[in-house]
Formats: sequence, structure tokens, C-alpha cells
Amino acid sequence: MSDEKRTPLLSVRNLTKHFHTSTPSGTAVIAAVDGIDFDIYKGETFGLVGESGCGKTTTGRTIARLYTPTAGSILFDGVDLAALSQRELRPYRKRIQMIFQDPYASLNTRMTITDIIAEGMKVHNIASGDEMQERVYQMLERVGLKREHASRYPHEFSGGQRQRIGIARSLAVDPEMIICDEPISALDVSIQAQVVNMLEDLQKQYGLTYLFIAHDLSMVRHISDRIGVMYLGKMAEIAGSDELYVHPLHPYTKSLLSSIPVANPHQKVADTRIMLKGDIGSPINPKPGCRFAPRCRYAQERCKTDTPLLREIRPDHFCACHFCDTIKD
Amino acid sequence: MIPMPNNILDVKNLRTTFYTHMGEVQAVRGISFEVDQGDVMGIVGESGSGKSVTAMSIMGLVDEPGRVSGGSIKFMGKELTTLTDAEMNEYRGKEISMIFQDPMTSLNPVFSIGNQLVEVIRRHTDLDKEQAHARAIELLRMVGIPEPEIRIKNYPHQFSGGMRQRAMIAMAISCNPKILIADEPTTALDVTIQAQILDLMVRLKKELNSSIILITHDLGVVSEVCNKVNVMYGGMLMEKASVEELFDTPQHPYTLGLLKSIPRDVTGERKRLVPIEGTPPDLLKPPSGCPFSPRCPYAMGICIREAAPLYKLSATHHASCWLHHKGAPAVEGFVQVEEESDHE
Repeated sequence: MSDEKRTPLLSVRNLTKHFHTSTPSGTAVIAAVDGIDFDIYKGETFGLVGESGCGKTTTGRTIARLYTPTAGSILFDGVDLAALSQRELRPYRKRIQMIFQDPYASLNTRMTITDIIAEGMKVHNIASGDEMQERVYQMLERVGLKREHASRYPHEFSGGQRQRIGIARSLAVDPEMIICDEPISALDVSIQAQVVNMLEDLQKQYGLTYLFIAHDLSMVRHISDRIGVMYLGKMAEIAGSDELYVHPLHPYTKSLLSSIPVANPHQKVADTRIMLKGDIGSPINPKPGCRFAPRCRYAQERCKTDTPLLREIRPDHFCACHFCDTIKD
Repeated sequence: MIPMPNNILDVKNLRTTFYTHMGEVQAVRGISFEVDQGDVMGIVGESGSGKSVTAMSIMGLVDEPGRVSGGSIKFMGKELTTLTDAEMNEYRGKEISMIFQDPMTSLNPVFSIGNQLVEVIRRHTDLDKEQAHARAIELLRMVGIPEPEIRIKNYPHQFSGGMRQRAMIAMAISCNPKILIADEPTTALDVTIQAQILDLMVRLKKELNSSIILITHDLGVVSEVCNKVNVMYGGMLMEKASVEELFDTPQHPYTLGLLKSIPRDVTGERKRLVPIEGTPPDLLKPPSGCPFSPRCPYAMGICIREAAPLYKLSATHHASCWLHHKGAPAVEGFVQVEEESDHE
């Protein structure tokens, strides 16, 4: 890897986001994200995977400062976004953009495509008048749509086309980083590949950095350079995507990967599958110790009391498990 | 003794149409398939391909303004399409049962899990209330709900997504159905829970000696649990084959396109995905001819005018594509045959 690539564009340290909820027995804390660390290098795609409730979406939204973090720092290009006021955040909102899972819900149905794509340009004083309109056309063409689509409304488009509009909207302000929150989950299989290829092309063309949040593990592997695996608000493992899939270290990653159905009838994984017992736990008032311990077949006494820290087990391969270097399958 | 018929379900030339204000929506346009004892048959397709409507047609649950407008559905020799709703109730939930994608919307939130199970059991059997209650506990245990004696009193909101789907399965198998139709049963679930549910379904199928129709968009799921598979597009059957044939030697450009558009490389160099260009057809104005022709890289003149017949490529492999016609230009990977399939 080149040196330029090893400059982190984003460094997240001890990122924590707690929500409060009322229960019959008083207020409870939902530790959606509970002290995670990771870096994203310039020009790479960092995949963030995990099951529902693991905190991957909250992580993305907190980095975009749609939420105010409870604790921790979000260093973007050397500046801690967590410490900035809304006014100070303004220039960074242009530099970090977001695309969302549901292309139906993330576009305002009463705005034309021009209005939707131009809104960010107006807010950030990027362009106005004819120049702005011209830029809208450019953005549409960049994502494989046509000029004449500019005056239409979101309901006139298919799901895949709407996701393209969402991408055009984020590109319109010349971002450096895009947080993609499950951008293809709502799309049909044949359309998913169109959007993934387009994201890859745009990355190459404009040197974009992606945080790609998803639960489709085979697609995440395909698109990501490095991947972080989350479980109940904690980072369980971080590694290069091939390294993670070939040599997973964390017992949770191992069972997660072995649960992916493989589209090859000669390679049924059912026999080698590490079936997890029970459901993902609750992030409400978490107890100390490893979050995965109740479902882990290697769990020992220490795992119930002592929270494992993320440590480098192999070069650039981090894992938060007390015993991952001794477990042999 | 009369031998058990091997063939459980025989669907021939099924057509289901919705007569809406905007025009006729031909959701299913003449599909034929058989389900044999012990089969796990997958139906794969994208949104709007007609896979769920096919399932609803078999269940006799197509709502106004839709109805089965042609063809036949024979369950163990008995024609289902001509039955009244009351007659159909003898089969529905008993001989043929169904589970849906979203277990929260298919369970009644104001009745306990036990209540809902007991209702189904008593409707279709002679068991009294106490016996039905005992049977309900047994069913919950079968589907892997821990402490079923306590859990039976819970309401759906007290169950997690995976447990709700287990409860739905318990309800569906309560009368030992011959066929279980599962419409995207794991789509709303996390991948580790999906593995548990698929494993459960396959295990129960063996124990109960029944068959499964599994509707999904996930080719990985099909490859893992099915022995045969139908590929649907635009309301029509594009290809039907054994799972091995479908993944090893796909014989329809749409199937080929689907397989190329998902990442399948397990190790090594990542290849760029090959998407299927264009968008799925509008069923209000379906393209004449083959529904896939506007997106098909091999489309010929005839494809736009006329849908291809189902060509029989082996005893278990059929594909509806003109490339299999002996007069078609040869395309690598596609075989050409003399014979068309025995049914339309």
C-alpha cells in the first residue's frame, strides 16, 4: 500500500453514543455505541458489518454528526468533529456526505430532482442560477441518469434510480467522504450490482473515501478494503477484507461468516457452520465483560467480568477477544 | 393399500390477474411446475416477478381485484382452483400452510402466542382445549423455543424476530402439512438467525415428511436448502432445474445475469460485478414476447415478438429461451435441443 493511502482521513477514538429510554423500572441507558476505535484511510472503503442493534448505523450517524456523541473523538483531517458547534460543523457537512438505505424515504416527494440535488449546493454556496442547473445535469449524468429527469419528481423513478439520485445529491457538494448506510439493501439483486459498480467507479474518479455500512457480508467483502465487525456497541474485529474472511479471529466473526449462505450447491457450508445459540442480546444497561460471552462457545469466567480490548494480533489485524490467539478450531 | 402418490402439487399453466382501475396486471402469466414428496423447491425472482402471487394463488388467498384467471392447481390430485372458500379451508392451514416474511404482522398482537396456536390446532383437529394446549407446548419445543411452558403465555411483542418466526413455523406445522410455503421467511432476520431458521425448516421437513416451497430472492439460500428451483421474471417462468444444474450450467440469460451480479468468489482476486442493465418490466404494460428481452444481451427479433416455449434440456432442466431453438445462433454455454417441454 502506498504511503499516501496510510494517512487516516478519519480517526475515531472511544466513540460512544448512549440513548436514554424509560422503562417501568426507571430510566435505562441504551449503549448503542460503547467506546469504539478505528481509522479510515484516504481513498479506501471501510466496511462496517454486524447484526441489527449492533450500533453500525448509530456509528455512521454520529460520525456525520447527525447525533452528538456522548463521549470520544471523531478526528476528521485532524479536526475533532465531536467538539465542534453546529456553526463550526458547516464546512465539514460539505466534506462528509451520507447516502441512506431507503431510497423512497430519503427523497422529499414534493421536490423536483433539480431541487433535491441543488439544495446542498445552495446551502454551501457552491453554485447558483444557470451554473447550478448545469451542475445538476452533470451530476445526473455522472450517476447514469439523463438531463430530462431533472424536472421530474421522486415517485416517477424506480428504487435503483432513486438511489442514484441520492448519490447525485451527495456528490453535488464535492465531498471527500461518503457514509453509505445500507445503500443497496432495499434494491433488487440485479440492480444492486449496478449501484455497487457505480460507487466503485466514482471512488476511483474522484478519490472518495467510503464508510460502507451493511449486513450483506458477501457484498461488503466485495466492496471493502478493510472491514470492522461490530457486536452490541463494541468493535469485535478489524482487518483487511480478505484477511478477515480467510483468517477470522473473533469467535463471533467466525460464526457470522459461517452463516452466510454460499451460492454454490457443491459447497454447502451447513456442515461446517458454527451455529450460534440464542439471539443477539440487548444493548440496554450492558453488563461488564465481553458482550458476546453469553453466546460464545469458548467463553470462560474471565469473559463475564473483564471487557476485552481491541488489540493487534497479526499485522493490521485487530481483535477484541481474550482468547482469540489460543482458540484452535 | 393405495400407494402414496409421489406428486404432491401439480401446477399447470397458472395465470393470476389483478383487474385494477389502471388496467389488467398480469402478475402470473402461465407457469407450470410440480412439487414432489420431500422436495424443497425454491422460487427465485425479483420484486414484481410474481413469486409471492404464485404462493397466494396456491393458498387461495388472492384478494380482490385479483383472481386466478386460468390454469389448474392440483393438490394430491384434487383441483383447488374451483373450490369455494369454505372448501378451501379444509386444506388451508392444514394440508398446505404458509409462513410470511414479517412474523410481527402475521401474528395477532392482542392474543398470546399460546392462544393463537391453540386456535389453529382446535380448528383442524378434534383435540380438546387441554390437549391442544399440550400440543402447542410440544410444538414450541419442536421449533426450539426455550422454556415453552412459560413462553406460551407471552405475547408476540415479547418475542424477538427469530422467535416470532419460530412461533409462526410452529403454527404452520401444527397439523403436519404436506406442503409448507415459506415466503421470504428469513429476509427480515439477521444472518446468524437466518441460519438457525433455515436449519429448523429443513430438519422439520424431514421429521414431518413434508415438502417446502421456499420463495426468496437470495440465491445463496436457494443453493443451501433447495433441491430444485424455479426462476421467475415478469410473471413467467424463465428456467426450472435441479439446484446443481441451475448453478453449474444456467441456461437462461436472466439466471446467468443474476449469478454474475452477485459476488461469488470465495477467495482471491475480486472480479468486477456484471450487473443486468435496465430495470424490471412494468406489469401494467408488459413487453410483448419474452419479458426479459429488453434487458437481455442476446435478444433477437423473435424474442421481442413472441415468448419462447419451455425447452426441455434434461429430465429436470427446462428453460424458456429462444437460444435453445435448433435454428438459433450458437451462443457459448447454451445448448440447443429439438424438443419442447411436454407442457406449455
